[in-house]
Amino acid sequence: MTNYIIRRIILIPLLLVGVSLLIFSMLQFLSPVARSALYIKDLPKSEEALDAVIIAYGLNDPLPLQYWHWLVGRTNPYTGETVGGVLRGDFGYSHSAKQDVIVMIKERFPATLELTMWGFFPIVIIGTWLGIQAAIHYNTLYDQAICFFCITGASLPLFVFGLLVLMIFYTKLGWFPPGRVSQWVIQEIQGGTFAVHTDMMTIDSLINGRLDVLWDTLRHMILPIITLSYLNWTTFVRVTRSSMLEELGQDYMVTARSKGVRMQDTRWKHAFPNALLPIITLAGGTFIGLLSGVVITETVFNYPGLGSAAAAAASSLDVIAVLGISLFNGVLLILANLIVDILYAVADPRIRYA
Amino acid sequence: MAETQLTTFWKDSKAINELLTGKGRNGHRGWLEQHIGTEAVRNLRTFFQTPASIAGMVILVVFGLIAILAPMLAPPLNAEVNPYQIPRDGFKAEPKPPMTEWKRNAPKDLPFWYGWFDIEQPTHVLGTTPGQWDIFYGIVWGTRTAFKTGVVITIAVSVIGVIIGTIAAYYGGAIDNVLMRIIDIFMTVPFIMAALVLSTVLAPRLGRTLAAPMIALISFGWMFYARLIRSNILSIKEKDYVIAARVLGVQDAKIMFRHIIPNAIYPTLVVASMDMGGYVLSFAAFSFLGIGADLSYADWGQLISFSRDWITSLDVYWYTVIYPGFALFLFVLAWNLLGDAIRDVMDPRLRKKK
Repeated sequence: MTNYIIRRIILIPLLLVGVSLLIFSMLQFLSPVARSALYIKDLPKSEEALDAVIIAYGLNDPLPLQYWHWLVGRTNPYTGETVGGVLRGDFGYSHSAKQDVIVMIKERFPATLELTMWGFFPIVIIGTWLGIQAAIHYNTLYDQAICFFCITGASLPLFVFGLLVLMIFYTKLGWFPPGRVSQWVIQEIQGGTFAVHTDMMTIDSLINGRLDVLWDTLRHMILPIITLSYLNWTTFVRVTRSSMLEELGQDYMVTARSKGVRMQDTRWKHAFPNALLPIITLAGGTFIGLLSGVVITETVFNYPGLGSAAAAAASSLDVIAVLGISLFNGVLLILANLIVDILYAVADPRIRYA
Repeated sequence: MAETQLTTFWKDSKAINELLTGKGRNGHRGWLEQHIGTEAVRNLRTFFQTPASIAGMVILVVFGLIAILAPMLAPPLNAEVNPYQIPRDGFKAEPKPPMTEWKRNAPKDLPFWYGWFDIEQPTHVLGTTPGQWDIFYGIVWGTRTAFKTGVVITIAVSVIGVIIGTIAAYYGGAIDNVLMRIIDIFMTVPFIMAALVLSTVLAPRLGRTLAAPMIALISFGWMFYARLIRSNILSIKEKDYVIAARVLGVQDAKIMFRHIIPNAIYPTLVVASMDMGGYVLSFAAFSFLGIGADLSYADWGQLISFSRDWITSLDVYWYTVIYPGFALFLFVLAWNLLGDAIRDVMDPRLRKKK
């Protein structure tokens, strides 16, 4: 096990290089002029000046050279300071958002992290529980009700469901508004009466001891969480149910029962741990998916996370920003994937890693 | 234990033998049975007897008819115009309710079914979106788009995924490692985000067509199947019958296709069959974000996206969400129902329990 973990950690630099190559190769679909946003903010208007920019920043250099400069940055020929370079944390300039990509990520990521933390547990725990119930009560009305509930969840488009709950809970009832916080909270932050520490509003409000702000933030997050949960439960129930059904049908279940193990124990202590494998994979994937910014949900609810930022940039074809966000996500998720893989190996000792 | 297995195997094979030689329970074999085999016929029979799959098929047939009869159900403006272009009744931002008169850009010939409802002039049967695109026309022609995108994407991703996943799991060692690391790299950038990037990058090259988002969804979709089937094969390839086959000197390819894939593919099939709907959804989501096809191209996701202009009065303009949303929902639901039925029919372990 320790060996496996060490091997896995050694691989991380390799993955990082791989991801950077993937992103860099996608950059190559862009014209040299479009790529100049990696290094400079304002493009000159005239053709000659544009050519000068391309030469000055080596945007037509051989690919390995360009890759190197993309990693470590390049010297601005006029001022002498280093610009660009993803290793330096400079992901370029977003023309659609009118700010540096890294600044945008710093502003947006806490919101996404917060939504992930609040959304993950209801999705996994309730989803798995529903799936197990469906498997235990296989082919009964209970099972069919759960399956029906989930199949509608799988069929409802995320954005349609989101617009529907908005229609009901926001437009009609006015209970749960879209966005992140209400106007009065923004005014308090600007007025200095509410100190921002982590940029995660729920944690900040606890630090400040402001329950009204906490409630306001939660009020804004409820609709995205409902939407995300309903749509993710579907996959959890399906996977848990079919995996659990398979284990419940195994011979060792009969053996356990005939030994006199209680029904409850055969299910939870014998079948469930064995059925856990795909669920862990799925939970890991879900966490990773949430963390990387839920593009559509955030867009529908106007939630200022990474996902909605990426969507906004993509719809105005601002590739530099989208690629920057993806690169950030990629690095983040390499670490998350490592944890998932380790859990995977812990859960199933049958798997031998050669 | 071994003895019972042998006995049942012998009995089963005897029964099958009888069926194959024409001395089965019914005394003769039907035409279909002679051509595609007993097992397939039984599967088909179960498939056509499950209410869920019948419902799914009926809905799909209706959608299929709509797609085929689109030129008659919603006649295009004239022969020169691309029929996928939704005709636009002016440019007003405010949507028009269902059954309003069609003033500008109305199709010259009325569709045949207008007579059934005593409609005598061109009418927006389901209203218009903000920006005055006819919702009914968009839904009818969008059916074709939905079929095209869903089928092509699903087949492409599952075939690529199964091949790569099987190779990785079966050979293990270095091949497995390399393939899994490539998958890791592809997966570190989350699905929607990665597809978003790729289609954003491809869009200027391919123009605003269906191709860019489709290629993007395929390029970043196959890894999930590869991982899933790999994890199943990892536990199956240690099973006795595989080892037995290997000891007997059966060729690798034959072991893979005869012994391993049929026993490991069910979870992948469930996911793939479910994903048919899922990919239609992803594609619609891309159009919803404004990345799919051209503005005014008949596509359900885009139709729904128009409604976001009026988010604070969605309860008044409900028809801009409900009608296209319901079409998308029904379409995906049908595929999901079929997917569930396919799983129940094809997995012999589940079949036994009934």
